[in-house]
Parts: sequence; C-alpha cells; structure tokens
Amino acid sequence: MAAVVFFPLAALLVILALTVVLHPDPVKSALALVGTLFLLAVFFVFLSAEVVAALQVIVYAGAIMVLFLFVIMLLNPGAERSERRGPVAGTVVGGLALVLAWQTGWLAAGGKIGAEGLRPERGYGGVFALARSLFTDFLLPFELTSVLLLVAIVGAVVLAKRRLS
Amino acid sequence: MVGLSHFVALSAILFAIGTAGVLLRRNVIVIFMSIEVMLNAVNLAFVSFARSLGDAQGQVIVFFVMTVAAAEAAVGLAIIMAAFRARQTVDVDEMNRLRW
Repeated sequence: MAAVVFFPLAALLVILALTVVLHPDPVKSALALVGTLFLLAVFFVFLSAEVVAALQVIVYAGAIMVLFLFVIMLLNPGAERSERRGPVAGTVVGGLALVLAWQTGWLAAGGKIGAEGLRPERGYGGVFALARSLFTDFLLPFELTSVLLLVAIVGAVVLAKRRLS
Repeated sequence: MVGLSHFVALSAILFAIGTAGVLLRRNVIVIFMSIEVMLNAVNLAFVSFARSLGDAQGQVIVFFVMTVAAAEAAVGLAIIMAAFRARQTVDVDEMNRLRW
C-alpha cells in the first residue's frame, strides 16, 4: 500500500475518531463513528481482507450504527453539561498518550516487526479460506456465538420492554 | 513503503483515542461508542497481523469480535434505555445507585 494513500486516510481516520470522542452532540459523534468504520473497511481491503471489510460495512456501519442512532434520537438527551473530569482521569489519559507516543515512534522508526510486501497466497481473505477455517478449527466457538446472539436477543427484549402489570 | 508497523501504530492511536473517550466523557451513549472505537482498533491489529503472517485465522477472530460487539451493543443499549426510563438521564455521574 502506497504511503501517498495510507497517510491521508490514516490522518482522516484519526480526525474522525477524535470527533467521535470529543464532539458534544451525540448524533454527530455517531455519524463520525460511521465514517470511522467505513475508513477502517477501506484499510481492511488494503490488507486483502475483503470479507471482513464487507462484514464491517454491513454489520457495523449498517446494523449497529442504526441501533445507536435510533437510541440516541429516542432518548434525545441533548448536549452534555460540563466536560470537566477530575485530575485522575486526566493523568491516566496523559500517561496513556505518552506511552502511545513512545510506542508509535519505536514502531514507525525502527520497523521492528517486518514482513513487508509479503504476497498473500491465492484466495487469502476470500470467502472460501475464511469459511474453511471457521467451520473446521473454529466450529465450537461459532456454535457458541449463535447461543450468545440468542441470549442477547432475549436479554435486549426483556430489558427494553415496559413492565406489564 | 507502508508496512505492518504503520498499521499497528494506527491501531494503537485509535485504541488510545477510544480509551480517552471512555475516561473523559459523561454521556453513557458516547462512552459506548468509544468502546466501539477501541474494539475496531483491535480488529485492525488482528487483520494486520493476519496479513503479515499470511494466516486467515486472525480474520476469523475479527468475525467473532464483530459478533460479540453486536450482542454487546444490543444489550447495552437496552440497559441504557431501561436506566433512562428510571432516572431520566444518560449522565454516568447521575447513575450512581445500583438499584433504583
């Protein structure tokens, strides 16, 4: 992937993610999150993970974000009051940013983990390779996932409905 | 040339942004969206390493992360709605009692 494509898209991704976190209006936060998810799908395509990119757009940007926007507009909480947090949260975030800056510099400057320009074998990231891994090595987790989704559906319905009395 | 280290660095930046959102915001829905940003940062790292190692198993893990995120979003938003119905607020500082 060429640097001339990567760096503008990465910058846009970081700006959109910051908008999600910093914008006072939750609706605009959610729309920025949709943009973030779409850009991540673009990066997945660059990493030759086409199926994951399609799932990202359909499941995340489609289903989950519609749910978020629906709840935001249903509750209509408006903008937050003060954004101030105590010194503890500020210290934690500052420390995290310092560690991150150090790690990023170390990674980007040294290029410690290589494998650059590796050609993927034919069919890598396609439906066939993914499905074979999913239905052989990961069959039990896959079945457990279906149970998890069922539990989540029942739980969401029970939690969200009004009391019948 | 853009390599694995750039993608991992981008993933780390996104994860830190999401963590900052969880720690700094008061609106419980925005905190939830910050968690989604963190999950997506991890997904990016998984896909990058899968590509670097030439092994599709990392992409399968991303599939599972997406499923768990969908379940989490459904249940979490239902809890937020129930809490809002009881307390008329989405501010986490107001939600300071275990029973209402």
